[in-house]
Amino acid sequence: MIALLARRVGHGILVLFVVSLLAFLLSTVVGDPVASILGLSATPEDRIELASRLGLDRPWFVRYVDYIWNAVHFRFGMSYSAQRPVADLLVERIPATIELASVALVISLGVGIPLGLAAAVNRGKWWATVLMSSSVIGLSLPTFVVGILLIFVFSVQLGWLPSFGRGETVAIGWWTTGLLTKSGLLALIMPATALAISQIALIARLVRAEMLDVLRADYIRFARARGISQRSIQFSHALRNTLIPVITVSGIQLGFLVAFAIVAEAVFQWPGLGLLFITALGSTDIPVISAFLLLAAAFFVAINFIVDVLYVVVDPRLRAGTAGAGASL
Amino acid sequence: MSLATPRTGRPALPARVWRAPLTKSFRRAPAAIVGALILVILIGGAVLAPWIAPTDPYDLASLDLFASRLPPIWVEGGEWPYILGTDGQGADVLSLILYGMRTSLSVGVLAVLVSSGLGTFLGLTAGYFGGLAGGIIMRAADIQFTFPAILLALLIGGLGTTLLPTHLQATLAVPIIVAALGLSHWPHFARLVRGAVLVEKTKDYVAAARLAGRGPWTIMRRQILPNVTNAILVLATLDIAFAVMGESTLSFLGFGLPPTEPSLGTLIRTGYAYLFSGEWWLVIFPALTLVLLVFAVNLVGDWLRDALNPRLR
Repeated sequence: MIALLARRVGHGILVLFVVSLLAFLLSTVVGDPVASILGLSATPEDRIELASRLGLDRPWFVRYVDYIWNAVHFRFGMSYSAQRPVADLLVERIPATIELASVALVISLGVGIPLGLAAAVNRGKWWATVLMSSSVIGLSLPTFVVGILLIFVFSVQLGWLPSFGRGETVAIGWWTTGLLTKSGLLALIMPATALAISQIALIARLVRAEMLDVLRADYIRFARARGISQRSIQFSHALRNTLIPVITVSGIQLGFLVAFAIVAEAVFQWPGLGLLFITALGSTDIPVISAFLLLAAAFFVAINFIVDVLYVVVDPRLRAGTAGAGASL
Repeated sequence: MSLATPRTGRPALPARVWRAPLTKSFRRAPAAIVGALILVILIGGAVLAPWIAPTDPYDLASLDLFASRLPPIWVEGGEWPYILGTDGQGADVLSLILYGMRTSLSVGVLAVLVSSGLGTFLGLTAGYFGGLAGGIIMRAADIQFTFPAILLALLIGGLGTTLLPTHLQATLAVPIIVAALGLSHWPHFARLVRGAVLVEKTKDYVAAARLAGRGPWTIMRRQILPNVTNAILVLATLDIAFAVMGESTLSFLGFGLPPTEPSLGTLIRTGYAYLFSGEWWLVIFPALTLVLLVFAVNLVGDWLRDALNPRLR
């Protein structure tokens, strides 16, 4: 197990190194701070003077170490378009994205798991077949299309839900939450649903396939032979083993939810990190883009690592097997 | 003896195709038949757009400003031949969709060609030669797998579009988006192909081919690749769904194809602005077409996966 985790840590460090190098290159090669500060009328002497004042005449690896040092201390420079420290922008936007993605995750697990279980247990019934066929529709719905359709029905036609923004928020320390006000909750419904739809379909399909696999296993047949009731078999024997891969997948889902949150935030003008990133991409606001890259890399590395640890904790077979072949993953 | 019945006594080609295992499984899969029908109609419409579209939306002379902002024909105020209504310039929405699908489909297919070609090549190299190059290739794939593909596509597409000088943005839009989607998905193919190469490489017939003096690339092409063509085909089919969705998402966000070369995503983006002023047909019809297209590709891809390679499930 330790060998496996050590490999994952090594992989995480490698990812962070490569992404930080890219982010660094982006901020030095593309975003030329000298030009953006001095403008077009500067003389070459001015440029050299400013470059040495900013430390840009030092070798690249010294500047890279410097860049990392600053990033670790949350100094990402100034946003070109907002003219404010990037770190402040990020801190301001983080709560909105985390609330959106976690509510979407709760919805997709809360709806997806029961649907998948129902489809597995009732295999062969017509409605289970219909359920699974319609999951293909769920997978075929791009997030932004779901968002538009929801806005069309619930904002334009019915006028029930707000089509953009986060509603009223309450500040708890530096964290702002929309979960405590009525308008905040109303504003959350559509973006979270738009994000959750395709994940619901994915999770339902996965849970169904896993459950069917488990129900075919020998220990289930023996439990049945021992006269244990069908319901007890399904819920205490089968369900627990079905949920192991679901834990892994929900970690990965959270990653996807955060990635697609960019799209949902753009559709609903949800003031989170994704909208910040899209706006920064549109205006080539390099400090924001490179900070977002670093943050995203750290986030995805952390998610992958937590999933790996959880996997080992939940599945005793992995703990026992790592001495030999287990590390081959 | 007539030419129609060859001497070998084998049944004619149509009969052989009809009885082939793949065709049989297709005939027994209603979902696949539905998907294939939708695909034939949509692809047919896209390919034949210049001939069957009621109007040419890019021929500015044919646009009729008096026929602008018409609703679909079944809504009061709708007019023949504008079945799905018209936009603010008087362009027919149905024609816009047919032409948009052309762009969406060709970008999607091109992107999958890039990702499958690159992934197959790198996977073969990594699997057959191993060593430092193989290690670097698979490390790169691992690093990319840490991130959701859509994020990478957005980053490549977004930076590629905004860093270019303005006059080049429109001309290079298609190559950039094809590269963005292709580069974000090659690791899937590389992993698949590398795994298969590692299995086949140790087999006797590969050793025999090597002893017969065949070079590594010939062995890869003639001995190893045929073992993975089915799996690659399945992945590529399902990948078209990803590519079409990815392209439309990027275009919708403004980092894809420009309004001069509209795809379904671009149409949805421009139409979205009119959703609140009541001209819903400008966004809803392209959106539904997109969903139908992706849905049909997924249906066919799912069937193909089950029929060709049950292990992939």
